[in-house]
Amino acid sequence: MSIAVPEMNVPEPNWVLPPRGRVAMFCLIAAEAAIFTIFVVAYLFYLGKNPMGPQPRDVLEAPIFYSICLLSSSLTIHMAVLALRKGRIGNFGAWWGLTIGLGAAFLYGTASEWHRLIYREGLTISTNLFGTTYYSLVGLHGSHVIVGLIGLSTVMAFTLLGKVSQEHAERVDVLSLYWHFVDVVWVVVFTVVYIIGR
Amino acid sequence: MSTDSIAWPRSEAVSRPFVDQLHEWITTVDHKRLGILYIVYALIFLIIGGVEATVMRIQLIRPHSDFVSPQVFNRMFTMHGTTMIFFVAMPLVFGFANYLLPLMIGARDMAFPRLNAFSFWLTAFGGLLLYFSLVGANGLYGAGNAPDVGWFAYAPLTSLAFSPGHSTDFWTLSLLVSGFGSIGTAINIIATILCMRCPGMTLGKMPLLAWLNLVMSGLVLLAVSPLTAAQIMLMIDRYLGGHFFDTQAGGSAVIWMHFFWIFGHPEVYVLVIPAFAFISEIVPVFSRKAMFGYPIMVAATVAIGFLSMSVWAHHMFTVGMNSNANTFFVLSTMAISVPTGIKIFNWLATMWGGKIVFKTPMMFAIGFLFQFLIAGLTGIMLSSAPFDWHLGNSYFVVAHFHYVIVGGILFGVFGAFYYWFPKMSGKMCNETLGKWHFWLFLIGFHLTFDFMHVPGLLGMPRRIYSYEPGRGCEIWNLIVTIGVVFQTLGVLVFVFNLLWSYFRGETAGRDPWDAWTLEWSTSSPPPAYNFSTIPTVRSRRPLWDLKHPDDPDWKYE
Repeated sequence: MSIAVPEMNVPEPNWVLPPRGRVAMFCLIAAEAAIFTIFVVAYLFYLGKNPMGPQPRDVLEAPIFYSICLLSSSLTIHMAVLALRKGRIGNFGAWWGLTIGLGAAFLYGTASEWHRLIYREGLTISTNLFGTTYYSLVGLHGSHVIVGLIGLSTVMAFTLLGKVSQEHAERVDVLSLYWHFVDVVWVVVFTVVYIIGR
Repeated sequence: MSTDSIAWPRSEAVSRPFVDQLHEWITTVDHKRLGILYIVYALIFLIIGGVEATVMRIQLIRPHSDFVSPQVFNRMFTMHGTTMIFFVAMPLVFGFANYLLPLMIGARDMAFPRLNAFSFWLTAFGGLLLYFSLVGANGLYGAGNAPDVGWFAYAPLTSLAFSPGHSTDFWTLSLLVSGFGSIGTAINIIATILCMRCPGMTLGKMPLLAWLNLVMSGLVLLAVSPLTAAQIMLMIDRYLGGHFFDTQAGGSAVIWMHFFWIFGHPEVYVLVIPAFAFISEIVPVFSRKAMFGYPIMVAATVAIGFLSMSVWAHHMFTVGMNSNANTFFVLSTMAISVPTGIKIFNWLATMWGGKIVFKTPMMFAIGFLFQFLIAGLTGIMLSSAPFDWHLGNSYFVVAHFHYVIVGGILFGVFGAFYYWFPKMSGKMCNETLGKWHFWLFLIGFHLTFDFMHVPGLLGMPRRIYSYEPGRGCEIWNLIVTIGVVFQTLGVLVFVFNLLWSYFRGETAGRDPWDAWTLEWSTSSPPPAYNFSTIPTVRSRRPLWDLKHPDDPDWKYE
C-alpha cells in the first residue's frame, strides 16, 4: 500500500503560527531571567552576612544619571524600530546610534564606579562577601550590556553600509526585545543593590 | 499521487570517499543527522559510564576489596554520575527529540538548524572536556586527575583548599559548556513546536511526544540556567578568589545545595518526561487503540512541569532545614505523585481492552510501566522527611533513583530505539535478539536494583569504597554485582542487534508498525527534506484518517 502525504479535503484557512524569532528570544529571556534570579537570590541571601571589609552602606552610591541613560535607551530603541517599520532608514539609524551611545554611557558609568571602588575604597571581588556578590551581579548585567552593544553595533554597521531596509524590521525588533530585557534586569539589580542593599 | 513514484536520487547509493562523508556529517545542519549524532555520541558515553559502574561494583563485590584505591573509587562515582546524566541521558533525549519532532509535526527541519548544530557540538565538546581531565587535570600540583567531588559537588569540597589541581575546573567547565548546548537545543525545540507545525496541527492535535517535549524544554530553560549560574559562582570562587561558598568568609555551603538541586530535581523530569513521551507513542500503537485521555495526559504533564520546580529541597532533609521548609517539601513532593499516577492510569487504560502486540518496543514499555511505578513508590517513601532522615545518603536512595533512571528512563529509551530504528535506518531490528536484550537486561536490572534497597535499609551509606564484613551486607552486594553481568550481556546484545540489523536486517518500509503519526508517512530513512509536500492534518492520528477514510478520527475529536 502506498501512503501518500496525508491530504484532506478542507485546507486550514489562515494557518498562522507565531514568528520563530520572537518565540526563541522569549525563551532565551526566560533562561537568562533564571540565571539572574539565582544571582539576585545570592545577593539578597548574603546581605548583612559580610564579616569584614567595606560595607554596601559605606561605599555604594546610586548611579542615577547612568541608570537614566540605560532606561531611556529602551525608549530610543523602540523609536528606532518604529522608524524602520515605516521604512525611514535615516531616522532608524539616528535612533539606533543614540541607543548605542546611551548603552555605552551606562558602561562608562559602571566602569568609573568600579574604578572608584577598586582604587579608592579598596573593594575587589575577593575582598569580602559583599565584593563577591556585588561584582558578580553587576558584572553579569554589565556583560549582558556588552553583548547587547555588540549586537546593536553589528546592526549599525549594516545600516551604515546601506544593507538594512524595512523588511528587516521584524529581526531588528527581536534584537530590541533583548535590549529591553537588559534594561528591565537593571531595574531589578538597581533596586536590589542600591535600594534594598543599602 | 504518492511520493513513491518519483525516483529521488539516493545520495547514499554512490560510494564517496570517507573524508567527504565525514565532512558532511561534521558540517551537517540536518535535524535527522544531528539527532543520530546525539544518539551515537550518547551510546559511546553509555558504554564508558557503564564501565565506570562496573568498576565500582567489582570493588564492592566483597568486603575489604582492594580492586581500586579509594581515590579511584571517588573518581569513578563522580564520572559515572556526571557522564550518565549530562552526556548519556541528555543527549539521548535531545537526539530523539531532534530526529522525531520535525517529522511528527510535519516540518522539514528544526526552527534553527545552525543553532541546532552549534548546540550539539557544545554538548559534544563538553563531554570531551570532562574526559580530558584524565590528561590535563594534574596541573602543576600533581594532584589527582579525574573529578572526584561527586556528581553534585557539594561545597566546600570544591574549594581550592580541598580540590587542588584542575579536576573540579574540568567538571565545572564541561557542565557549563554542555549547559549552554542544552539551553540552545531547548530554545530550538520550543520554537520548532510552536512555529513549525504543518497546517491543521493545532496544539490539541499534536502528537503527545511533541507536547511532552515542549514541557521538557521549558523545564530545561528554567532548570539548567540555575546550574549555569551556580557554576559561574563556583568559577568565581575558584579563579577570582570569591566567597560564595567559602564558609570561613561568611559564604554558605547550603546555598550551593539549594542552587544545585533547583537544577537537580527538575532535571529528573527533564529526563523522564521524554521517556513518558516514548511510552505515550508506543503503548497506543501496540495496543491498537487511540491514547486514552489525551487532554488529561497533557494537563498532567504541565502539572508535573510546574510542581517539579518546587520539590528540590527533598534532597536536603538531612541537612537540617527548619520544620516549615521540611513540611512544604514533603507535601509538594507527595503532590507530584498525583499527576504521575494519572499518567500510569492513562497508559493502563489505553492497554485495557486493546489488542496488545508483544513486540520488543511494547515489552520495554510494559517494563517501564511496572518499574516506574515501583520507583515512584520508593520515591513517596523517601519524600517523608522522618523516613528520609533514616535513609538519606544510603544505598536505598541509590536504588531508588536508579530505579527511576534505569528502570524508567533507560527502558523507555530502549523501547524508543526498537520502535524508531526502522524509521532511522530503513531496517527492522531483529526481534529475537531484541527479546534476548529485554530479558537479559530485565533480569540484570532487578538483580541489581531490587536487592540494592536492602543494604540501604541496613544502613550501608552510598559512595563508600569498602565495607566491614559481618554486618549483613555481603550477600546483597554480591547479588547486586551479579546483576551487572546480566545487564552488561543485555547491552552487548543490544549493540550487536543495532549493528547486525543495520547491515543485515529486513527492509522496513515506511510504516512497519501500522502506526498513526506523520513520521511513518515518509520513506525510511526519510529524505533530507522529510516531506515532498507539507502535509495537512485534521486529527491527532493523521495516518489513521488516511487508512480509514470511512471512519476518520476527526469526526470524533
